[in-house]
Amino acid sequence: MAIIRVQTEDFDLGAEYAALTQGRSDIGGIASFVGVVRDTAGGRPIVSMTLEHYPGMTERALSKIAEAACARWDLQGCTLLHRVGELQPGENIVLVLAAAPHRQAALDACAYLIDWLKTRAPFWKKERFTDGTESWVDAREADDLAVERWGAA
Amino acid sequence: MKVLYFAWLRERVGLGEEDLTLPPDITDVAGLVAWLRTRSPGHEAAFAHGKLVRCAVNQDFALPDATVTDRDEVAFFPPVTGG
Repeated sequence: MAIIRVQTEDFDLGAEYAALTQGRSDIGGIASFVGVVRDTAGGRPIVSMTLEHYPGMTERALSKIAEAACARWDLQGCTLLHRVGELQPGENIVLVLAAAPHRQAALDACAYLIDWLKTRAPFWKKERFTDGTESWVDAREADDLAVERWGAA
Repeated sequence: MKVLYFAWLRERVGLGEEDLTLPPDITDVAGLVAWLRTRSPGHEAAFAHGKLVRCAVNQDFALPDATVTDRDEVAFFPPVTGG
């Protein structure tokens, strides 16, 4: 039921929406989240962001997160797409879609999926700044706090 | 055993992956880390900040007391930052 992909190429929100809903008339709402590369980090301009992942474990982790969301909210479908490789400011990084009979489940599941993805899926970001320096992004305590509101996994 | 390194651990070790024969007296992640640290200055630098190192055994997150065997795939990496 979950569509899960890790890819270097961009994704098209409309195409993914169509793939999730094709041939169905029982869905009541679809919530979406798109994460995008910001042009600054800590107030410093960046030229690019490179995403690394752990092939195999990534897909496994995303599947588990999707299964947990489906069990919790009775979802009719969900999509988790994450890009890897070098991305420029303004480019898409991640897409989450959650379909449910009613809006609250769709909205909550979408937030749950991105919160858990940020803390449990093995991706790492490295930023390259305009002065030529590079640095790995530190994990944020705020992300751990965001996931805590959902209780135990 | 296959050992994988990601992000800044990979850069410090200087390798993304190595095939090793696990010494028979090592049975858990903590023991494996203590042994890996002795392999090179790069390994030592990678594991010097232990609080920032996360582990997965056979592609599931694992704590220092998790069991490891010579047939396992063990990965070390910093806290994840996707999304």
